[in-house]
Amino acid sequence: MKRLLGILMGVVLVVSALRAQAELTIEISQGSDNPTTIAVVPFAWQGAGAAPEDLASVVDGDLARSGQFVPVARTDMLGRPSTEAEVFYRDWRSINTEYLLIGRVSLAGQLRVDYELFDVLRQTKILSGYEAGAVSDARMLAHRVADAVYEKLTGVPGAFATRLVYISGTRVPGGKDTSRLTMSDSDGARPIVLLETKEPLLAPTWSPDGKNIAYVSFESGRPAIYRQELATGRRQQLTNFQGINSAPAWSPDGRTMAMVLSKDGNPDIYLMDLATKQLKRIISHYAIDTEPAWMPDGQSLLFTSDRGGKPQIYRYALGSGKIDRVTYEGTYNARARVSQDGRSVVMVHQVDGRFHIALLDLVTNRMQILTSTELDESPSIAPNGSMVLYATKYAERGILAAVSVDGGAKFRLPAREGDVREPAWSPYLSR
Amino acid sequence: MKHLPIAGKVIALLFSAALLVACSGSDTKEQDEAAAAAAAAAAAARSAQGGSSSAELAALEEAAAAAGNVFYFEFDSSTLTPEAVGAVDAHIAVLKLNNENVRLEGHTDERGTREYNIALGERRANSVRDYMVANGISSFRIESVSFGEEKPVAYGSGESNWAQNRRVELKPQ
Repeated sequence: MKRLLGILMGVVLVVSALRAQAELTIEISQGSDNPTTIAVVPFAWQGAGAAPEDLASVVDGDLARSGQFVPVARTDMLGRPSTEAEVFYRDWRSINTEYLLIGRVSLAGQLRVDYELFDVLRQTKILSGYEAGAVSDARMLAHRVADAVYEKLTGVPGAFATRLVYISGTRVPGGKDTSRLTMSDSDGARPIVLLETKEPLLAPTWSPDGKNIAYVSFESGRPAIYRQELATGRRQQLTNFQGINSAPAWSPDGRTMAMVLSKDGNPDIYLMDLATKQLKRIISHYAIDTEPAWMPDGQSLLFTSDRGGKPQIYRYALGSGKIDRVTYEGTYNARARVSQDGRSVVMVHQVDGRFHIALLDLVTNRMQILTSTELDESPSIAPNGSMVLYATKYAERGILAAVSVDGGAKFRLPAREGDVREPAWSPYLSR
Repeated sequence: MKHLPIAGKVIALLFSAALLVACSGSDTKEQDEAAAAAAAAAAAARSAQGGSSSAELAALEEAAAAAGNVFYFEFDSSTLTPEAVGAVDAHIAVLKLNNENVRLEGHTDERGTREYNIALGERRANSVRDYMVANGISSFRIESVSFGEEKPVAYGSGESNWAQNRRVELKPQ
């Protein structure tokens, strides 16, 4: 009990769903060049009383954010079909709609969303299905519908039914800022505060099964790495060494955590066996070695090192212990994150004193700068590889922003108040 | 005999203050602070000639307070500036007489990645620590902690804000 009190001291642990003040809003700033037009008709509510939530607008918002779709405005719709029999293709052709999504929402214990997708030009139904779940999970059902539609039309699985964690902060002069570890839907809705402290929080990261978060908290006055289970809020302190305890990164199999510790003199990269808590130092150099990121096959790690004078990305092979330099373009490349297919690496890349997000294709070795603002950091790739979420500054406030991996689509996710930073996009979540 | 180390330190302080005044490129405020610290240390040493060791300590503490407990750094650098050396010297003089422990908190500006800045902040704190240890303070009395860019004192962007955030803060424990 005494130990538990010690853990709870100085922090507010929120196990139940507490709505955060810092809800994110969405501003789409740029769409793709040749987007597909889709009409998402408001779903018909078939239950008693008022509908729980406008789920069609959630689907509509998801598709719009991807940049690959332009939803038809509801005011332009000539009809509001909810069954196939009510669909008149000419109504949709006349307003240049390529695809049409209709749906029905019912409640019988569980909430159920039935949906049908039509190809307007070919005049055929191309997809139908349903999603069911708890009323409290209504938005997640809508995100799953959006995932199914996105996959049918692009050939790539959707990543809307995922979550984000990020750090939000309230500025209090005199170094007394409040930091919150917050989790939300992929569109920033339904924020839940997982942890609040007066000291900095840093480096939130997901376990590969999407059930745990690891992060660095300074709540004791010194940095320490914690693991927190999302379902229960239960926390475990993994490290408390002298010096830096930072940059936790779960291995793809979930058994090992890479981390940065400076207990032996300067920042080196260690692996912790999460079952036994045994540590092994794998990367050691008198330079700064930090920001480990696993390749999806678990056979190697990318990391940032200034062993060459300036920070660059290197790769460490676990089997041989061999280290190769990965980035050569530019004088500052740091904090790599790898796409699930292992082909693309996003990182912070400096050009003319400005920090942008860049994407390196490991096959072609081509580096593409994705962003144009100047203090861009903490990139995180969606599990389907389509979008990169990152943190930047806008009007002197920390905000989240996203860009498609081809640089075509962009949107911003500012908080209604305060600063937000360090987004981490979840893996695909099991139902 | 007992006062000789202090006298030596005072000479060092006076020397660094003179050096700073001669250096036209330096920040005026910091020059003033270093000069004030040197003057206070000199006064402390004078009063210490006939006084008790507690009076000595009080005078040196006053000098250290005048020098300030925040040491500033250049961009992407963990090298102590001459101004910072002058201020750290004033604290070393105090630490040689008392038995207190100190904590060195390293900070960076907002540019660059957060984790890299955690490492850079530690380098800055360790650079102050190493200088103190080289000048006779036991490393067991010093703890260094890096906050990276997470605890700015100035929130805005631009060099005037960034310069205030690139710092090491010395705090008694």
